[in-house]
Amino acid sequence: MLLIRCPYCDESRPEIEFRHAGEAHIVRSDKMADLTPDEFERYFFLRDNRKGDVYERWRHIHGCGRFLNAVRNTVTDRFLMTYKAGEPRPALPDPQAQAAATEGNGQ
Amino acid sequence: MSGNAYQGGANRLPGKGRLTPAKTVRFSFDGRILTGLEGDTLASALIANGIHLMGRSFKYHRPRGVLSAGAEEPNALMQVSRDSARYQPNVRASVQEIFDGLRASSQNRYPSLACDVGAVNDALSPLFSAGFYYKTFMWPRTAWNKLYEPVIRRAAGLGESPKEADPDHYAQRYAHCDVLVVGGGLAGLSAALAAAESGASVIICDEQPEMGGALHFDTSIAVNGETGFDWAQKTAARLAFMDNVRVLTRTTAFGYYAQNFVGLTERVTDHLALPSPDQPRERLWQVRAKRVVLATGAIERHMVFPGNDRPGIMLASAARIFLNHYGVAIGAKVAVYTACDSAYEAAFDLQDAGVRIPVIVEARDRPGGTLLEEARTRGIEVLTRHAIASTKGRLRVSSIAVVPAGASGKGRDIEVDALIISAGWTPSVHLFSQSRGKVAWDAESGRFLPGVNAQDCVSIGACAGTDDPVALVEQAVEAGLDAANGAGSEMSGRPVIDIDHEGSDAGSWSAGLVGAVGAPESGKAFVDFQNDVTAKDIRLAVREGMHSIEHVKRFTTNGMATDQGKTSNMHGLAIAAETLGKPIPQVGLTTFRAPYTPVTFGTIVGQSRGVLFDPARKTPLHACLETNGAVFEDVGQWKRAWYFPRAGETMHAAVSRECRTVREVAGLFDASTLGKIEVVGPDAAAFLNLLYTNAWDKLEPGRCKYGIMLREDGFIYDDGVVGRLAADRFHVTTTTGGAPRVLHHMEDYLQTEFPHLDVWLTSITEQWAVIAVQGPQARDIIAPFVDGIDISDDAMPHMSVREGKICGVPTRLFRMSFTGERGFEINVPADYGQSVFEALWERAEAMDACLYGTEAMHVLRAEKGYIIVGQDTDGTVTPDDAGLSWAVAKKKPDFVGIAGLKRADLQRPDRKQLVGLKTKDPTLVLEEGAQIVADPNEKIPMTMIGHVTSSYWSENCGRSIAMAVVAGGRSRMGETLYVPMPDRTIEVEVTDTVFFDKQGERLNG
Ligand SMILES: [Zn+2]
Repeated sequence: MLLIRCPYCDESRPEIEFRHAGEAHIVRSDKMADLTPDEFERYFFLRDNRKGDVYERWRHIHGCGRFLNAVRNTVTDRFLMTYKAGEPRPALPDPQAQAAATEGNGQ
Repeated sequence: MSGNAYQGGANRLPGKGRLTPAKTVRFSFDGRILTGLEGDTLASALIANGIHLMGRSFKYHRPRGVLSAGAEEPNALMQVSRDSARYQPNVRASVQEIFDGLRASSQNRYPSLACDVGAVNDALSPLFSAGFYYKTFMWPRTAWNKLYEPVIRRAAGLGESPKEADPDHYAQRYAHCDVLVVGGGLAGLSAALAAAESGASVIICDEQPEMGGALHFDTSIAVNGETGFDWAQKTAARLAFMDNVRVLTRTTAFGYYAQNFVGLTERVTDHLALPSPDQPRERLWQVRAKRVVLATGAIERHMVFPGNDRPGIMLASAARIFLNHYGVAIGAKVAVYTACDSAYEAAFDLQDAGVRIPVIVEARDRPGGTLLEEARTRGIEVLTRHAIASTKGRLRVSSIAVVPAGASGKGRDIEVDALIISAGWTPSVHLFSQSRGKVAWDAESGRFLPGVNAQDCVSIGACAGTDDPVALVEQAVEAGLDAANGAGSEMSGRPVIDIDHEGSDAGSWSAGLVGAVGAPESGKAFVDFQNDVTAKDIRLAVREGMHSIEHVKRFTTNGMATDQGKTSNMHGLAIAAETLGKPIPQVGLTTFRAPYTPVTFGTIVGQSRGVLFDPARKTPLHACLETNGAVFEDVGQWKRAWYFPRAGETMHAAVSRECRTVREVAGLFDASTLGKIEVVGPDAAAFLNLLYTNAWDKLEPGRCKYGIMLREDGFIYDDGVVGRLAADRFHVTTTTGGAPRVLHHMEDYLQTEFPHLDVWLTSITEQWAVIAVQGPQARDIIAPFVDGIDISDDAMPHMSVREGKICGVPTRLFRMSFTGERGFEINVPADYGQSVFEALWERAEAMDACLYGTEAMHVLRAEKGYIIVGQDTDGTVTPDDAGLSWAVAKKKPDFVGIAGLKRADLQRPDRKQLVGLKTKDPTLVLEEGAQIVADPNEKIPMTMIGHVTSSYWSENCGRSIAMAVVAGGRSRMGETLYVPMPDRTIEVEVTDTVFFDKQGERLNG
């Protein structure tokens, strides 16, 4: 079970307190009624489903109830960071720093 | 030997082992009553009683004894029981501790262990070579279900499952610690001690009944001036006494998951004769550790040679455990076949205990250090560069045939009654591998060792390839201190652990041999005992084109049995690599998966069974409804009153009576399960404008409206009546099942898309009990109880809401109807629900009204064509499809779903639209879900143009009624369509969806 840090509670809490809520940073147009079919397709249907670091939304549904954003690696399941909804998309942490943090405690 | 001389079995040696002779235990094996000693495993107790034959193998039904003395055991699987319900198959005899009254029986044999008809498979084994399941039973396809599978299952089954429900209970706990140490041998204990004395919180677990690991058998290591095993027990006791340490024995770390989350299973009562009913049988520990220290040791490999599976042939370390720990001699004439130095120590221990060692067959040129000289000094014959060509003995090994390495021929027969074997040690990297760490091949020692860590863990001791005990302790202490330090502990206490090692060279645990020895194609040289995979099978698999080790594994089933190949994987890999002509690391290792050893379903399920499997939600009125004879149905987690049969009444009769009574007099209905959300704030109406298709600005306080909620794709997500209590306060209702997801959906938009809106959302589903009173007499029933609200039609018309009092308690009184009759839905605080209901019902009953349940509610709403989201819609239905386009505001600039609704496909005139259906034969009730066609004579597959969504007998209409979605349905009014059923085709007429009171006059009637 994963531990997820809620940026509102400022605590790492078990995965079962959270609910996944899809890809993050998908902008809902403020002129939804005027979207072309292609624009609607991109907004609603098309997702990257990347292998590697992804930006995604979670909700601390059995905690504070807030929606939050996270960067998670879909291969290792490692959460690189979490941040509040509405905050800009952060740059990804330096991959070398990540690797060093992983291997630093090896034998 | 005379059986009378010794307690607990004739092969028990006086003065040997650590069990107490006076503490005897009686148990049975295949019906025979036997005596062992407290602390014995089934395996040690059986061997003490001279029994080596413990089971039959899976495929060939070959007689088998115990190979190991631990969790890696592939052969000695038994059924163990205390009573008829507590009956467990596939228990490893080398793990199960005996207790008074334990009943064990062998598996895979009929009619008896010594005489098994299934052993004919052994003679027919040419038919059963690798991949035989795939090749033999391919054709004809139908024979698989009828013939092959049942026969194979009967012949091959691994034990029987119990027929009764499991009477035991199981516990589950979460635990957090700075350091989790897996394995309580010399390395694990040293690391735990160092970490604990530095102040870190520590959990240490070991699968055995007591700590010690290899110190159980390795008597050559003294620690701080006492025997290794005694030091281990004292250290464990010392750790257990510390507040910051938890010591768990009989506890297996079976799974290593993300973020240092490790699953442990603790066997609490399986070793007890009379467990307290309060004790769980097993306890699942879900541990989150800052650092995991893996001290999981190593597992000895067997030698792969023809006839290596006879009872009496076992790992050298197993013989040493039986001798040094349990005080049991595995035989009187025990030969040795080895490629590893550690087997010599076993031979010397046995000899010192009075066992004759007729020969040591050494596969290598010579053993390490001075072992060869020592053995010869002891008078033991050592044949270096020799192999065992074959063995004899039907139910127990009786002789071995020894040949010079590489030579053929019959060889020299040597009489034995047991044989110990060792090909070296395989580091247990299972958990490390599960943690997604990468193993690395160490060419020098010929083994896979932990390489790059994927998580915050460290491997120490034998599992990390550290063989020398002094170096091992140093490594372990460093790991313990470092782990404590990493967890923020600032104390430092380096424990004193002085090793005095009098054994052979440090090399005794490394090196050895992987793969098969001797003539490759003669006889059965078993690699995987549990799945009966031979060296020949693996070579065959490679020749047949399986070049990936994962393919070899699946084709041969090597390593796929319940032991997951703990003793066999490396041999299988080496044989495959040799046949492929590739180095081992290029062929690669198969993936290790959780669980490390089998885990019971009981442990995984824990308390979540029976009534605790899923919570039952009961409304505040539940008890009243029960008293009044309700039959309940499950709706999600809710228990809802379904119907209220009177004495002798069928469900059909009861529902018909309820439907009739509601329309003639009135009925009371428990609507408490409806989801309720309070939407409050200055921007509440603006928020609802965005979340619902309707416009809310003009709804005056005191009025309600039916609302539809869409997803962005334009399909109906939920519906319900929304009442406006004040300019800034709405009481929103949702479908019974929809409440949580509607709130989630609303929160999502409020928090992330419309955060500028000043609105609060509160779930109030459980705060209000809701009593629906529906029917012509509804107002008369409630009138005397209502206080402060004018409920006349003029003052409170249909679709209005008032706050006031009923029966003296606060109410939100809705004038609304889901039946088409004059109706009220009375919301009262949940705690008052029962008393208000009782008061209303007393009066209603006297007026000949009825209680009605969900079934009548469904019929009554269908008579009026009111939809149920989730029944008449399925996530692909638009408001227009459902005939509800009137509820979609035309002038709003935005709402959730506005863009989706504009998609061309959602505008098509031939979309499936909701219509009514009347069967030509009014007595026929259609089946919900039945498909609808236009041409009943079309060839199969027919063109299906829709399906029935709701269908009932309507007592009020005197006929059946149905709703359906049909392609272009609204342009088909009056058309005849067909519902093909298995026994006949039913003719139906397409109608509108309102079957009763088309003008809606009864709402005010
Ligand atoms: Zn939170």
